[in-house]
Amino acid sequence: MIALAVDGLNKSFGGLRVTSDVRLVVEAGERRLIIGPNGAGKTTLFNLITGELSPDSGSVALFGRNITRLASRKRAHLGMARTYQIITLFPRDTILHNVMLALLGLSRLRWNPLTALYSQRPIMTRARAALGRVGLEHLADRPLAETSYGEKRRVEIAMALAQEPRVLLLDEPFAGLSIDERADVRALLKAIPRDVTVVMIEHDMDIALELADRITLLHFGQVVVEGTRAEVVADRRTREVYLGE
Amino acid sequence: MTPRRAAIVAGIIVLIALPFAIGEDYYINIASQILLYAIFALGIDVLIGYAGLVSLGHAGLFGIAAYIIANVLAAGYGHTVAIVAALIGTLIATAGFAAVALRSAGITFIMITLALGEIIWGLAYRWISVTNGDNGISVTTRPMPFGLSLASPRGFYDATLIIFLLAMVAVAIFVHSPLGVALAGTRDQPRRMNALGYHVWMIRFLAFLFSGFLSAVSGILFVYYNEFISPQALALPASAAGVLMVIAGGAGTLLGPVVGSALVVIVQNVVSAYITRWNLMLGAIFVAIVIFMPEGLVPGVRRLVQATRRAAARRWPRAMASRLRSKP
Repeated sequence: MIALAVDGLNKSFGGLRVTSDVRLVVEAGERRLIIGPNGAGKTTLFNLITGELSPDSGSVALFGRNITRLASRKRAHLGMARTYQIITLFPRDTILHNVMLALLGLSRLRWNPLTALYSQRPIMTRARAALGRVGLEHLADRPLAETSYGEKRRVEIAMALAQEPRVLLLDEPFAGLSIDERADVRALLKAIPRDVTVVMIEHDMDIALELADRITLLHFGQVVVEGTRAEVVADRRTREVYLGE
Repeated sequence: MTPRRAAIVAGIIVLIALPFAIGEDYYINIASQILLYAIFALGIDVLIGYAGLVSLGHAGLFGIAAYIIANVLAAGYGHTVAIVAALIGTLIATAGFAAVALRSAGITFIMITLALGEIIWGLAYRWISVTNGDNGISVTTRPMPFGLSLASPRGFYDATLIIFLLAMVAVAIFVHSPLGVALAGTRDQPRRMNALGYHVWMIRFLAFLFSGFLSAVSGILFVYYNEFISPQALALPASAAGVLMVIAGGAGTLLGPVVGSALVVIVQNVVSAYITRWNLMLGAIFVAIVIFMPEGLVPGVRRLVQATRRAAARRWPRAMASRLRSKP
């Protein structure tokens, strides 16, 4: 089954074509790595897939359903979750609160104006469990502003996982992490069950190659190479893009 | 009982006992004004403090409610009909307001609400067949809920206090509810909230309606308090005063708008009796607040109290230790 199908996708900012006729087919349960130099249009592609940007032409389908014109929030309800390259969290609130917001987003409870959120035991229990999965349960009640960069990265992932997505988009989950923190996040990503499809943008090749089933190389908004790990690494064009040969 | 609960109960008792302590009608009336403007400021705080949206047009909504009361009463209907009409009419106007203003955020939002407020002020000024223009409309009677007279300053204060407390409770419940928490999320990370599955526009729209409803409640109290409404009540300075109350008292707090309202109303009415240039003084107070407590009076005082307590906690163990050492 195909989890995510992107076809003929185009996006320009003024005269700059940042996504150019991109085709991407990700099987359910697959781990897909998207690589490419800075400015290759990787994050833009993510924004087009999640609906935060709308494409000039082309289509995006999630499990066979065309979602090209669907609002971002509705894609979340269909099982799409993402993390951000630049940490996008709620700094005034506790870690637990951040995860609760992720859970609340998909719950009907979010429209309730009458009962206190913190009297809702089930959602709090689920949020603590989600934090347990990323090893942050002991920091649940700490304000986010008082946590380290590595912990914030894990909160990003915890929020996405808490939503129990079918397709998870990770935008540079290892960016800016120390070696120890990398090991933590790596273990975390490896533990994601296979019924979740993962698409990941990453620069750290050692870790990323280990996690990926298939790799797509983007350059100037175009898919240059796509294939298995071995195919892409061996491909002449990969070396051209990365080493300028 | 937690200290917080005790403080709330004490506050309510003080507010109930206030007229007995003050005695003079003039000052009881000022207390009523503080409470009715506090409701107005609470409504603005829902937007500024919890939605991160600054509106400079809320006096327009306040005015619509007041004018509806005046017109419905003039048409010969009773107070109940007038009040229900004012609440519903203002909500409809708020929905229109919000639909236009929420196309934007930030500075643009401020400018659009300002323009909308000015349009309503212009209508109040020029649509003479409905508003009687600059001369305004008088309202000659006050309602008598459950047979209780609101004609006296005491009676009016008590009614305003009950409505004020209900408004406080409503806002307190709202901001702690899932919807209120989601609203605060849209203030901090609208893009993320959208990606998490929230309908950011609709959440802001509902908050705007709630805010407009509180403006309507205070507008209704205003017209009954003054027994008169004229365009001046909904001009830009009135909207700006509401925003200043919230910012001075502390946006995103429940007590801040109340403190801000007390500050503005007291300077306007009490201090102005002694100082002719009271506007200058109000300005100086605001400047001082912005310099020393940019987060507003309520959070600012809270910060000072916590700092003092921490300093005391640091000093205490040392004092204990030295006392122990001094023992023979």
